[in-house]
Amino acid sequence: MPDATVPPEVASRSTDVFTTRDVAVYYGQFRAVRDVNITVHKNEITAFIGPSGCGKSTMLRCFNRMNDLIPTARVEGTVSYHGVNLYDPAVNAVEVRRRIGMVFQKANPFPKSIYDNVAYGPRLSGIKKKSELDAVVEKSLRGAALWDEVKGRLKSGGLGLSGGQQQRLCIARAIAVDPEVLLMDEPCSALDPIATARIEDLMQEIKHEYTIIIVTHNMQQAGRVSDRTAFFTTEVNTESDRRTGVLVEYDQTSKIFSNPADERTEAYISGRFG
Amino acid sequence: MAVTSSIRESAGTVVRAGLTGGKRDVRGIVFAVLLLLCLLTSLFMLTILMWDVVAQAIPVFDKRGTSFLTSDLASSPDKAGVSQGIWGSLVIAGFVVVLAFPVGIAAGVYLEEYAHPSRLTRFIQLNIRNLAGVPSVVYGILGLVVFVQGLDGLTGGRSVIAAGITLAILVLPIIIITTAEAVSAVPQGLREAGFGVGGTRWETTRDHVLPYAAPGILTGTMLAVARALGEAAPLLLIGAITGRLASPPGQTLVDRLQGKFTAMPIVIYGWANEVNKPGKKTGLTFEDLNAAAIVVLLAMVLVLNGAAILLRNRFENRRQG
Repeated sequence: MPDATVPPEVASRSTDVFTTRDVAVYYGQFRAVRDVNITVHKNEITAFIGPSGCGKSTMLRCFNRMNDLIPTARVEGTVSYHGVNLYDPAVNAVEVRRRIGMVFQKANPFPKSIYDNVAYGPRLSGIKKKSELDAVVEKSLRGAALWDEVKGRLKSGGLGLSGGQQQRLCIARAIAVDPEVLLMDEPCSALDPIATARIEDLMQEIKHEYTIIIVTHNMQQAGRVSDRTAFFTTEVNTESDRRTGVLVEYDQTSKIFSNPADERTEAYISGRFG
Repeated sequence: MAVTSSIRESAGTVVRAGLTGGKRDVRGIVFAVLLLLCLLTSLFMLTILMWDVVAQAIPVFDKRGTSFLTSDLASSPDKAGVSQGIWGSLVIAGFVVVLAFPVGIAAGVYLEEYAHPSRLTRFIQLNIRNLAGVPSVVYGILGLVVFVQGLDGLTGGRSVIAAGITLAILVLPIIIITTAEAVSAVPQGLREAGFGVGGTRWETTRDHVLPYAAPGILTGTMLAVARALGEAAPLLLIGAITGRLASPPGQTLVDRLQGKFTAMPIVIYGWANEVNKPGKKTGLTFEDLNAAAIVVLLAMVLVLNGAAILLRNRFENRRQG
């Protein structure tokens, strides 16, 4: 282990944020995804695409130990974050999640005011002064392109916003703790095309500050926003007749979409299945 | 033109006939009427009961005034009052609030939020459910053996302390179950949001899970207090006083807590066994007093529940955020 006093992201000069080695995730006896070997690069947007049940969300949740919340889930292999295995017993999952933020499929603002939604994370990390909190809230809401729409009603409820605004509020909440990585689990699947476009624009604006991994059902979205794409699919185990997700191909998005190496990728991209 | 319009017209009538005709949903109507009848029957019975009690209680409050509320138990219906019953019931409610609320809520939160789902936790949950259905008289035996006889140094024997602890244990399963259910109804997305910004299990539970579950938890505590106020059987076993109960002057609070006691349901039970002879001064019988005592008990439950409902509404409003 590196020196504990220096956060791994500072100690490491590498542009490799995550490196996974032979990752497999089990829910009880069921293996949801296997043999994932991927390197995620700094300040890039990495997209996970694939049909339903291919394990892309499961894989995403390995990067901030969100799978810990599911009692039966078990992760094999290593998920290294700047060289530190996140599943090392000495690693504190809470510290992991403060550095690796998450935006969920269904916008899930706290049933609190807009201000308190954004200020919650910073408060947990010990910021108490009103002026500091105010600054963080404004910066985060600006960062999520929501400030101009809500600056006059910060004290009103976060659940009173529209779906797209709620999702941007969740992004603001995630970036308020100043993470290095943002994990986005189908953040636009419940949004209309206009709200989706706003989130996609936002991702482009903030990728210079954050490393983003996005799971999406929408191939066009992956093509539009991402630098690299990982294509997952399901394989049926002939013995147990159960499906397991596998990583088929991981490459530059332009290559995946124009000249995929695997024929399954090509079939999926061209819309022949999934 | 005339031909096509007449064709269109006749097509229109066919469609109209199709849309407006058809059978009436007789079974559906019968079902709805049946449901309504059941509701009305229950309401009717309740109204009769309430009317009967209140009508008989009014003369008592009329003639006795507040002395009915401030007098001790006595052998004459002219003098007897419910003050000791009110005190006993309030102390019991106090024990429920102080002992059963924190322990029950904590146990429910642990079961649902912290305990790993396993065969053991399911077994425990099932048995807590069963405990909630155990007849109250069984808890009375427990109270008698453990708190009256076993711990009489602390409780003073057949005292309101023993009664309060016993009833707190009696309602514990209700509180645990309703808390666990309220906590399990908290959307998983809310927890994930809390963890997602780096909250610990405790911070997420404190800031998001508990506030969201608070209205449901309060409903459970409300039921628990109402149940504790209404129980008579365990108190009889513990030895609540049904006849006369002296409250000599100069008693300290500890004396009162450790001494002989009664409670509202026991007062009612005792008066129901009295000779139904009108008092010389007021002409009231113990039956009349009993009606008034029932009104007092109902009022106590209503006040406590009202407080809980106010609290619940506050939490629900906050949930809207």
